Amino acid sequence: MLLGRTANGLYWMNRYIERAENMARLIDAGLRMALTRTQSASEEWNSVLLSAGSERAFSQKYTDCTAANVADFLLRDVSNPSSAMASIETARNNARMVRTALTRETWESINEAWMSLKRMLENPIDEREMPTVLDAIKRDTAQIRGAFYGTMLRNEIFDFAQLGTYIERADNTARILDVKYYVLLPSISWVGSSLDNYQWESILRSVSAHRSYRWVYDAEYRSVNIADYLIVNARMPRSLTFCYRFILEHLDFLSTDTGTRHACHATAERIHRMLKVGSIKDVFDTGLHEFLGDFIAENTRLGDEIAQDYRFY
Amino acid sequence: MVAFDEMLPEVSGLRKSYSAYDGWLKEQDPARLTEKMRDAERVFRKTGITFAVYGEQEASERLIPFDIVPRIISGSEWRRLTQGIEQRVQALNAFLDDIYHRQEILRAGRIPRELIAGNEAFLPEMIGVRPPAGVYTHIIGVDIVRISENEFYVLEDNARTPSGVSYMLENRETMMQLFPELFQRIKVRPVENYPQLLRQSLETVRPQGTRDAPTIAVLTPGSYNSAYFEHAFLADQMGVQLVEGQDLRVVDGHVAMRTTEGYKRIDVLYRRVDDAYLDPLTFRPDSALGVPGIMDVYRAGNITIANAPGTGIADDKAIYSYMPEIVEFYTGRKPVLGNIPTWRCSEPDSLKYVQEHLAELVVKEVHGSGGYGMLVGPAASKQEREDFSRKLAARPSNYIAQPTLSLSTCPILTEKGLAPRHVDLRPFVLVSDRIRIVPGGLTRVALKEGSLVVNSSQGGGTKDTWVLDD
Repeated sequence: MLLGRTANGLYWMNRYIERAENMARLIDAGLRMALTRTQSASEEWNSVLLSAGSERAFSQKYTDCTAANVADFLLRDVSNPSSAMASIETARNNARMVRTALTRETWESINEAWMSLKRMLENPIDEREMPTVLDAIKRDTAQIRGAFYGTMLRNEIFDFAQLGTYIERADNTARILDVKYYVLLPSISWVGSSLDNYQWESILRSVSAHRSYRWVYDAEYRSVNIADYLIVNARMPRSLTFCYRFILEHLDFLSTDTGTRHACHATAERIHRMLKVGSIKDVFDTGLHEFLGDFIAENTRLGDEIAQDYRFY
Repeated sequence: MVAFDEMLPEVSGLRKSYSAYDGWLKEQDPARLTEKMRDAERVFRKTGITFAVYGEQEASERLIPFDIVPRIISGSEWRRLTQGIEQRVQALNAFLDDIYHRQEILRAGRIPRELIAGNEAFLPEMIGVRPPAGVYTHIIGVDIVRISENEFYVLEDNARTPSGVSYMLENRETMMQLFPELFQRIKVRPVENYPQLLRQSLETVRPQGTRDAPTIAVLTPGSYNSAYFEHAFLADQMGVQLVEGQDLRVVDGHVAMRTTEGYKRIDVLYRRVDDAYLDPLTFRPDSALGVPGIMDVYRAGNITIANAPGTGIADDKAIYSYMPEIVEFYTGRKPVLGNIPTWRCSEPDSLKYVQEHLAELVVKEVHGSGGYGMLVGPAASKQEREDFSRKLAARPSNYIAQPTLSLSTCPILTEKGLAPRHVDLRPFVLVSDRIRIVPGGLTRVALKEGSLVVNSSQGGGTKDTWVLDD
């Protein structure tokens, strides 16, 4: 038996841990782009903001889209509810609220991550310290995941938390693709400019897939393969299909446990079918941007339905 | 005046209850002890054993400082204390039952009527209500101070929602982690089973006609409450749900919690929410922390609320001074544990005495708690005393006064070695069909040299409390 409020807390705890990690990865990819290319750096940072879903809030506070401003806004700024610091803080508040549902190891790892990041992100980050800070965020969130996977009982508590992880992750991956969908579109005029190569690498880097890509596909970056990897590939841990495999699995566990299926089950299955495209070419044919837009809306809707069906509020 | 030190009294030298510990301590490298002290702080911070301090910006979570020198009580001292505590707790429950029913004690003229009728802690809604199993206050923390080898006094009874038991448990846990060898050498009576005992007690007082395995929940005001850690800790250790007001509602005449599968009935609610916030339909209408209609369910006998609403009338500071009469009235015996002499400022003679002796007295608000709003005469400046005197004159019945007792001391570890600091003791008592007292309690210690204020909100710390198995 689980309180609806506790299920809600677990769900958002993991969504925010995932979000904190994604912010670090996005900044990481942005920095790499800035290092390799000198032109239109602000355009790059703008697409980082778009991927993070934070461009509007950012523009209310800053006029210049510089590395320092974007990094500060996405990592440190607690007035931005999606910044890494605000995310870790929200995750920790949720963890505190559902503390009786967590193992000691899980709670302590979240609490420690919060303590160390609070210290680390207290003052503006020096450019030279940026790699250290990003590593620390990734390491801390990895540690939380490790404690969580290693010690939590696989019951409904685990299911609700994991639903949060995968819905957040699917949203993040879809947004990263959507922001750059045009650089993936195979057009006749495309001649394999180095510019596009960098863009593609940046996409892969944003989901920590720039190395694993080569294990699956040719060493050469190809737009079709990148889209395939991030949307269709069921083994790539940040692909949409991978996320939905687990969303379905956890929803199935919940319906088996309670003997009840809800609207969210049907929605999740519908989204999963949508991802079972014959080949990625079909997606390109119907329009990548439209496809991703639909996906993001449906994914959000699934989150709302889960909250309603399991009485989060 | 030199205070009585529980380890090394001035006159008699090392006390027997500390001899085994002292032997161990002498073998220790001071540097190692200092290191252990730091370890302890890390443990507390890591596990998030914090409390929030009201009235401070920066919604801070603070650690209650922990001292690694245990406070040691011998088996025979403990037996005497428990006799006194049991007697007092029986009297508290008998008093509550009486005051909400026939009011014999008022008819007998032992307590002035106006003290009850005009008291905010007295809930007219509870008149004629008899809680399941007839128990009003189930969980009590009795604050005890020591003056000398044989003088113990009750400082106050906490019969509403006493806190601190999680510190008793975590302090022991921490000590066992830091010094496992000590517990091999010295036989200390265990306190770890408190959560199980609490659960058993709560099961026993379930409403009549409920299932054998009642559903129990702990009601917390939420994660921003200063004692939230404790609420979560106890729910966790008992294996019951930790609920907030927003999780609960009245369904078909019972209180029920919103689970992922719908509403589930609750039989026993261990509430850590004050009376005033318990039911917006009965008490404060603006409360979002309680459950609308829970008082109707309660009066219908369909839920146990622990502690019962209205128990505050028993631990009210204005009632405190009558405790010796109360104990005698209901138990027919003189109290084993005495009260500290108390002046009721509502009485003109007392008020006059208090005004004239402010520099020697401790003056407390009748309804205050946590060391807020009190004056420690000897430590206060002339200006502070004058300011306080005006407050006192304006609302005399709001205050009581007590002599500044020289509380016993117990050594703490400082950078310069052991140093005596004043302590008090809060043992925790569980009442169901019987009275259970876990051997130990929370020792609070004033960390500042000479200070008598042990409250954590005022910079006090805690110690592990050992009751020896001798």
